[in-house]
Amino acid sequence: MSTIATPLTENTHVRRDTPAVEVVDLTKEFRRRDRKAGRFARRSMPALKNVTFTIERGECVAILGQNGSGKSTLVRLLSTLLINDGGEARIFGHDAYKESRAIRRLVNRVSVEASFFKKMSAAENLSYAARFYGMGPSKTRTAVPAILEKVGFPAERRGEPMENLSRGMQQKVALARALLTSPVLLLLDEPTTGLDPRSKLEVQEFVKDVRAEHDATILLCTHDMNEAEALADRIGLLDRGELLFLEPVEDVKRRYGVNTLEEAFFAATGRTFEDEQTEDDEYREVFG
Amino acid sequence: MTAIGATMRQELIGLGGIVERNVYLTKRYFLWDLAFMVWTIANTLTIVFIARAVHVSAAEENTLATRLLVGAVIWAFLGIIFEFVTETVAWERWEGTIEYTFMAPISRVVHLFGAAAFAVLYGLIRATILFFAVAAFIHIHLPNANYGAAFALLAIASVSFMGIGMMTAVLPLISPEKGAQLGFVMQGIMLVVSGVYYPVSVMPGWMQAISKISPATYALRGDRGSIVNGAGLQWADMWPLIIIGVLAMPVGLWIFSLGEKYAKKHGKLKRSG
Repeated sequence: MSTIATPLTENTHVRRDTPAVEVVDLTKEFRRRDRKAGRFARRSMPALKNVTFTIERGECVAILGQNGSGKSTLVRLLSTLLINDGGEARIFGHDAYKESRAIRRLVNRVSVEASFFKKMSAAENLSYAARFYGMGPSKTRTAVPAILEKVGFPAERRGEPMENLSRGMQQKVALARALLTSPVLLLLDEPTTGLDPRSKLEVQEFVKDVRAEHDATILLCTHDMNEAEALADRIGLLDRGELLFLEPVEDVKRRYGVNTLEEAFFAATGRTFEDEQTEDDEYREVFG
Repeated sequence: MTAIGATMRQELIGLGGIVERNVYLTKRYFLWDLAFMVWTIANTLTIVFIARAVHVSAAEENTLATRLLVGAVIWAFLGIIFEFVTETVAWERWEGTIEYTFMAPISRVVHLFGAAAFAVLYGLIRATILFFAVAAFIHIHLPNANYGAAFALLAIASVSFMGIGMMTAVLPLISPEKGAQLGFVMQGIMLVVSGVYYPVSVMPGWMQAISKISPATYALRGDRGSIVNGAGLQWADMWPLIIIGVLAMPVGLWIFSLGEKYAKKHGKLKRSG
């Protein structure tokens, strides 16, 4: 039995003749207090500056960037949690802001924080999430154990409150939650940050399995260059809100005449990937 | 199934999901709820005992105690509704699930209505327990009480309470730190102008004018009539509640949608605020 809520072929919101994601001149800025300029003064802080890219259906694209580079802002714009200030974003041909309802049926995400009701069990949390996508109790009774088994979650711990689970275990449940609703676009926002090496590998293997088994398009935002290289068809670099490139990793290395993505980052930005953040970067991180 | 039918089905399943989630959480926090119930009973007793200190005839004392009890029970009932609806956002933000809920394909009407519907059901159960616990403790005699009419009027008033609760649910979106508390300010103001422990006629004229647009005014008046005098449902209490309810729900949703748009524009729809 399939664990998928609505098979892709039945999803009426997927337009087959369009790319999975089309982003054109996407701009987002946040306003912040500027105490240096006066007590009530504010200034705009660009989080994304005229970002343009396309992701084809079934592709896995990684966006690399430091903290505060705009990765999370991009993910939140694509998941309809932010309203853009300029440009446009289309998901399977649907405008992300004017047709947000249609978009929500197509997209799900895994973020750096697992984010669950901590007193509820994994099974209860998944059932709750599935209800929003139209999966009734008769369907989740079989689908939830099946998807938890698939992500390697022990059957005997399904009824345990989430607060008793390790971070790695919680992240597996987060992956299960995202896949349970059968998204055709999966947004992964630093899904392995903070995980131990073993859990990290397990999550990465699972992402590979998802690509192999499901007709899903994946946008992976990460600051782990090895992860990006291992999982993605193309890699983009987002730096202080600007997308500097988005191309296959070999093309990136060739373009800058370097051997590693770290070196490519240095060549593109003049900074090392580990350089300290500025105050503006921190602000972008907090609001993005 | 037609597209409309499929959408309706999905929305109903989503609505059930919200109620189901709140049932799970209520079960998990049962002992805390029990402690809160004890506090509510104690708090209600501090109000109802005032009747015992007033030197009037036994019958008048019983009537006064009943009137105070009805006021305290409605205060507690409203408290539950405002707590659940206002914390629809605050709770999800605290748990960290807010982004997942707000990006799910469920309409905001169903989302808020689900939270409010559970609050009304849960509030009615708690209000019933509170009423009978305090009445038994303080030996209030209720020979004429028309519980059916009182219950029905409270259910009708709940529609308005849900709508006003939706208006306040937006506050934690605008101010993650203090928004939820502002919901309780709204609750307090509504009850003060509605004559929660006293007749509306003792208030200044301008407060009496405001009391006319408060649904709690009619719920208190009607429920006191049913519990003390055994009156049935009165049209004079029902029609204002129906009108306020019909207006409050869409206005509440509209205000919430404005708040949601503001939060999405300014990056406030997130777990850390």
